[in-house]
Amino acid sequence: MATASGDMESTRGGLWEPHYHHDVIATRTLGFWLYMLSDAMIFAGLFAAYGVLSHSYNEAGGPSLHALVNPWSAYAETLAVFASVLAYGGVMVALKRGSRAGVLGGLVAAFVLGAIFVGLEVHELGALFDAGIYPEESGYLSAFFALVMTHGIHMAFGLLWMAVMFFQVATQGFTDKTVYRLLNLKLFWHFQAILWVLVYTFVDMRGVL
Amino acid sequence: MVNVQGPWSPILGRLSLGAIPDNPIIAGAFIFSVVLGIVVLGYLTYADRWGYLWREWLTTVDHKKIGVMYIIIGLVMLFRGFVDALMMRTQQVLADGPHSPGFLGAAHGYLVPYHFDQVYSAHGTIMILFAATPILVGLMNVVVPLQIGARDMAFPYLNALGLWLTAVGAALIMLSLFLGDFSHAGWVGLTPLTELAYSPGVGTDYWMWAIQISSVGTTLGAANLIATIVKMRAPGMTWGRLPIFTWTALSTNIIALTSFPVLGVALGLLGLDRYFGTHFFTAGFGGNLMLYSDLFWMWGHPEVYFVILPAFGMMSEIIPTFSEKPLFGYVTMVAASFAIAGVSWSVWLHHFFTMGASPRVNTFFSVATMVVGIPTGVKVFNWAFTVYRGRSRFETPMLWAVGALFMLLVGGLTGMMLAMPPVNYSVHNSVFVVAHFHTMLMVVVYGILGAVTYWFPKVFGFRLNESLGKRFFWFFTAGTIMVFIPMYTSGFMGMTRRLDYLANPALLPFEVAEELGIGLYLVSIYYFVRQLYVSLRDRNANRVSADAWGSARTLEWVAPSPVPFYNFAVTPRVHARDELVWRREQGLEGAVPAHFEDIPMPRNTAVPLVIGALALGLGFGLVWRMWWLTDLSFVAIILTVIARSFVRDTDYVVKAAEVERIEKRLRQGAAEAARNGASASGIDVLRPRESSP
Repeated sequence: MATASGDMESTRGGLWEPHYHHDVIATRTLGFWLYMLSDAMIFAGLFAAYGVLSHSYNEAGGPSLHALVNPWSAYAETLAVFASVLAYGGVMVALKRGSRAGVLGGLVAAFVLGAIFVGLEVHELGALFDAGIYPEESGYLSAFFALVMTHGIHMAFGLLWMAVMFFQVATQGFTDKTVYRLLNLKLFWHFQAILWVLVYTFVDMRGVL
Repeated sequence: MVNVQGPWSPILGRLSLGAIPDNPIIAGAFIFSVVLGIVVLGYLTYADRWGYLWREWLTTVDHKKIGVMYIIIGLVMLFRGFVDALMMRTQQVLADGPHSPGFLGAAHGYLVPYHFDQVYSAHGTIMILFAATPILVGLMNVVVPLQIGARDMAFPYLNALGLWLTAVGAALIMLSLFLGDFSHAGWVGLTPLTELAYSPGVGTDYWMWAIQISSVGTTLGAANLIATIVKMRAPGMTWGRLPIFTWTALSTNIIALTSFPVLGVALGLLGLDRYFGTHFFTAGFGGNLMLYSDLFWMWGHPEVYFVILPAFGMMSEIIPTFSEKPLFGYVTMVAASFAIAGVSWSVWLHHFFTMGASPRVNTFFSVATMVVGIPTGVKVFNWAFTVYRGRSRFETPMLWAVGALFMLLVGGLTGMMLAMPPVNYSVHNSVFVVAHFHTMLMVVVYGILGAVTYWFPKVFGFRLNESLGKRFFWFFTAGTIMVFIPMYTSGFMGMTRRLDYLANPALLPFEVAEELGIGLYLVSIYYFVRQLYVSLRDRNANRVSADAWGSARTLEWVAPSPVPFYNFAVTPRVHARDELVWRREQGLEGAVPAHFEDIPMPRNTAVPLVIGALALGLGFGLVWRMWWLTDLSFVAIILTVIARSFVRDTDYVVKAAEVERIEKRLRQGAAEAARNGASASGIDVLRPRESSP
């Protein structure tokens, strides 16, 4: 049976690559980018549905966009989500410096600001329900609530993820696993902020103009 | 939350004894399943294989075993889908003309219309999503990491999760047979027929949640395969050297990753309509029916290319091996794959040319559809030129690949006919269309059956029986011709699809011919099962060395057969597009590493199986509206995911000495196989052995 002798390996640059391994964090990050692509497609579908269902006949005699939008509340939500993303940027700076206290502090700040966003949104939707405006009233309202609430649920899951990361960084410090999760959460949080910009532009601003 | 018709209780939801169907056919299927289940469980207990099953299969993260399980699920569901086809053919041959007899309470034939509708809906859903998709995902799972020289997928745990979510979808569909009913609105779920007002039963919910849960699995699997191909390639495996099957896997998974979420949205919004009373697709209150058709086919058409591109990849691997020549036109083959993937996004409207879009819109989609013919034509000529002046050997995989070429020709040309809106207007919803897409899906089935035969020895270390495989091929092909040529003809004669009763007795001869074709398929299935049995029985006489076919070309054939759980003892360095051919020409075929090293491997885990079980609870609870089960399963899934993230000990190390022992045994087995065609080398080298830290 043929074997690859040492000679062969040296003359041909080797048939095998000993001690070869892959960059775990880069692979995880790419995987998360790919997940976000699929998530972006979900929002693309919802925005398309919202676009199709936002003609006056889709309102079926129910309230139109102008009745739903509270510009000041939406503006406050925007500030909250942007400040939260900025705070998460602080987490990344602290991670680069290797400061565990900085990461934990940044996570708390991002969490609180994110929670303010979710709280404002819950309050806003609650006010609509109190006014008797429900998703089952018309095709237009169905699309409106589905779009806004899908984004809100994403934000809530981001908060849950942040809470878990706070706990893991506090107890385990910076391991491969906690670091790539912090990096992926950064991607997720920025992505949700971008989606909010789209919701804000195509839903809230259109309602005010 | 909307109120539903009929009784509901907080514990059982809509479930009651009345949900058990009292139909002799279903009773027969139930008894068959129970007997089969008792036999399997009895064997596992008798042979004391439960521990083996748990350790080696249910909790595994090995990409090859996960792939094999995907393929097993797919083959079981393929059989179920075939039985549905058998039932439809038999109904149509019996219910032909006003004087045709009726049995089992049906006016004509033996299936009442509501039951017949469920049968064709189940057939389509199963064949596309639970037969073709899992088998293809399974084959990509097995082959892609080997072709690129990786130890496993990029995310082995996620891989197992995708498998179990697919299994949950299949399980929900099987459950619907014995508990409640299945959707009667076609596999596409036409709105507003699928709305609660018109489909108040649980059938639509079974259909919706089975697809929704399994498609989450497919999406995760797609992200995993793309990350694997981009990040896990061995040194020297440049993009220009990537085997074509891996290229098609990449293009097809880009389709899956971008299109399955759209299906999720379509079904999710339908779910909101059915559970919360919203008005996305209702026929009033500002709903829009066409929104559903658009969203569904924005997934549906890319899905068609999702299933056919890997089949093209399989043909591109099999044809060069059995022509003993390099593939003709590698670069154009890659370009054609991505061209097909790209165009797949701009043709969805051709599924409803007759639905009243303007001529301008129809023209765009008509031209876009015809454009698909260009890259596909490039592929066909590339395969033809590969065979040209090659040393062709018609072993079983090659027969399937060439058969697929013929299917592609017939299906592709009828597809070009259907791409013309005027033609489409006259044959829309006729069985001509049905015959067209079945011929196309036969390309996929032929590719799959060829690929299973081709790569089987790589995973199991022995080849499948040739003569029975050839009988399987010929009976299957005869069946295909007998079923689908009459179907094309009767379609031209004006026979529409989904008929439980044929008013025109002149169609009877065609129905009889199709029934005979189904009989030929039945014979071919017998030979397939016999082929598996005989091959397993005589496995020691059919052992193979690393290159199972003597003329294989790509990197996966450098690894030993059966391939050990860590794939390559030392990561190979890649020098050429057809690495094995390069090594053969350099006189290095069979070269093995001189030194071994410790290999880090992912540890087995039961978490994906647990999440799968909880997802089954979630799906079942949603179908029957048992809110306690739904809430419990949902919260438990989230808690399980969080708990798993606290597990730090997810990998282990296989010691160099252990690797050397396994490799030595494999080489001895291969040497013996080469010497006397028999070997004592067992399949147990596939089992991972955890060495103590």
